[in-house]
Amino acid sequence: MTDITTEKARIGAPSAQPFIDGFTEEGENLSPVNTGTNTSTTSEQPSAGPLAGASAKSHSHGGGVGVPDSSRAGRLTSYNLEDFKALTGLEEDWRFTPLRRLRGLHSDALTGAAPAVSVSAPAGVTVETVGRDDHRIGSAGIPEDRVSANAWGGFKEATVITVPSETSLESEITVTLTGAGTDAAAQHIVVVAEKFSKGVLVLGHEGSAVVSENVEIVLEDGAELTVVSLQEWNDDSVHASSQQAKIGRDAKFKHIVVSLGGDLVRVTPTARFAAPGGEVELFGLYFADAGQHLEHRTFVDHGQANCVSNVLYKGALQGKGAHTVWVGDVLIQKNAEGTDSYEKNQNLVLTDGCRADSVPNLEIETGLIAGAGHASATGRFDDEHLFYLMARGIPEEVARRLVVRGFLNEIIQKINVPAIEDRLTDAVERELAATEN
Amino acid sequence: MSTLEINDLHVSIETEQGTKEILKGVSLTIRTGETHAIMGPNGSGKSTLASTIAGHPRYTVTSGTITLDGENVLDMSVDERARAGLFLAMQYPVEVPGVTMTNFLRTAKTAIDGEAPALRTWTKDVKAAMQQLRIDADFAQRNVNEGFSGGEKKRVEILQLELFKPKFAILDETDSGLDVDALKVVSEGVNRAHDAGNMGTLLITHYTRILRYIKPEFVHVFVDGKVVEEGGPELADRLEEEGYDRYAPGAGVAVAPAVQA
Repeated sequence: MTDITTEKARIGAPSAQPFIDGFTEEGENLSPVNTGTNTSTTSEQPSAGPLAGASAKSHSHGGGVGVPDSSRAGRLTSYNLEDFKALTGLEEDWRFTPLRRLRGLHSDALTGAAPAVSVSAPAGVTVETVGRDDHRIGSAGIPEDRVSANAWGGFKEATVITVPSETSLESEITVTLTGAGTDAAAQHIVVVAEKFSKGVLVLGHEGSAVVSENVEIVLEDGAELTVVSLQEWNDDSVHASSQQAKIGRDAKFKHIVVSLGGDLVRVTPTARFAAPGGEVELFGLYFADAGQHLEHRTFVDHGQANCVSNVLYKGALQGKGAHTVWVGDVLIQKNAEGTDSYEKNQNLVLTDGCRADSVPNLEIETGLIAGAGHASATGRFDDEHLFYLMARGIPEEVARRLVVRGFLNEIIQKINVPAIEDRLTDAVERELAATEN
Repeated sequence: MSTLEINDLHVSIETEQGTKEILKGVSLTIRTGETHAIMGPNGSGKSTLASTIAGHPRYTVTSGTITLDGENVLDMSVDERARAGLFLAMQYPVEVPGVTMTNFLRTAKTAIDGEAPALRTWTKDVKAAMQQLRIDADFAQRNVNEGFSGGEKKRVEILQLELFKPKFAILDETDSGLDVDALKVVSEGVNRAHDAGNMGTLLITHYTRILRYIKPEFVHVFVDGKVVEEGGPELADRLEEEGYDRYAPGAGVAVAPAVQA
């Protein structure tokens, strides 16, 4: 009784609460996470629109020519670290990330040992360790930010995993990356799903690491590939992961990000259609505890006609200083007629002291589309749900678990690999159990 | 036999205009095996009484007592009240996304009984109860109340009533929004629960039509937060004919104007 009364009393009493950091009565200020890390001169302050960093304005390559600053298409891409200016933390794509917790991934040479790669794969799959000059490196994308470019310049060898054409895998490929130190390191993974192949790949991250990672994913024509990226790092880990996928004609790509462990995790999945008829699903699940920063920035680039994309990220937050960021960019270019796209982010805030940033961006350059929608909702636990369940005898903590489990389950159910689903359900249960401590 | 006793209950809520008293001294005693109907015009405080018994945090008890077999109900949390044997069939059951009916029913039954129900008999019981209430089998896999019609939600409330077997059932306008067929199905469910177990029923309603199917021994008329008249089933018949007009100010029975709550 007393608990629920306290909960209720908070509703509609905003004046009793301090403002959320970074917000004023007029709206949002820049996130305060990077205050004091600004080392650039004032003349270099970004003055661009809401979507572009300073880089988009002052560089002429990477698609920036003639494209307005405010477009995601205007963002600089380059293999060279030098092309990206030093980060100030005020750039559009870094403004929510606490740079001082990046442990040098954006500023230092990445000379540490990369997390060890072990792969278990069903028969038919090729696993290779290759040098920097392998022709498949660079086949899916060009770095879109400084940390990704830093890793591109710093990795020593890459792991290339190939699902041969017209092969349907009977079981999933499991790639486990185990970190064994916190010296800033670079990692590179390439996944190629050849024509009309079908498979599931699980990319598991564990141990302790400070690592910037580039994952290139190529889906050739007609391929169907599911990639699950699990971030279950130890508490001292920092992980930036750019995961770029190139989608061939009529190919189907399902990408599921699950971020649970690590001090700072920043995953930036990008999907680009290389030919018409492709389908992309980007799903994400995250659970931030006290002090954790979990950031996800999705980008679906519709540059081809008749492609379909669906983005759904769901997160739970608990504990002081838990911070999640979701920024979803969808760009429907002028020639992408017949596009059908949707993106949504939902956050469930379980305790006081958390912050969830959620920014859906939708750019549409043609009217000849089947659909384009975006949605975002961040809310507290609904007290009426709690009352209903408790009025049936269910104790409060059990009721909370039921609702959070149900909320996150929507993503877990999308995986369709029972072993992974069970593993994730267990991981979510562990997070929930931590709530009670 | 159990007794639910409400004595001189005063309840208020916080509104934008300040604190407002809704119940102004309600006394009522219900024993298991009895069916009481509480009737009254809109805003008379009927639903407030129901929600207060269940422990909804919106309502503050300023004075008076509620006891269940001498135990102080007001000291209990919402879930403790349910486990003590009180059940509120809600007027507006909420949707709980992501939680399936099957999971919800089993979790609640486990909480109420203090142990998990035997799987085989439980599944059978649920199926049978659903059939009797003409609830489609696929509802078991759907999320609690999500996308259910008004009538379906009420049937699911009665399903819980039959499965959880409380000592006292408080039905908060369970009949509102139901067509005649659904009203019959729901009433049969309540009567089954009443006949099967040692249950007392507090039936809160605006209309008299549900009283054709559920027969109360006691009828209490609520106006402006107080019981203004009490009697047997014949009082309900009289209300059916005359409505609540005679309780209006200046109509002979001295009461204050009804509060729109």
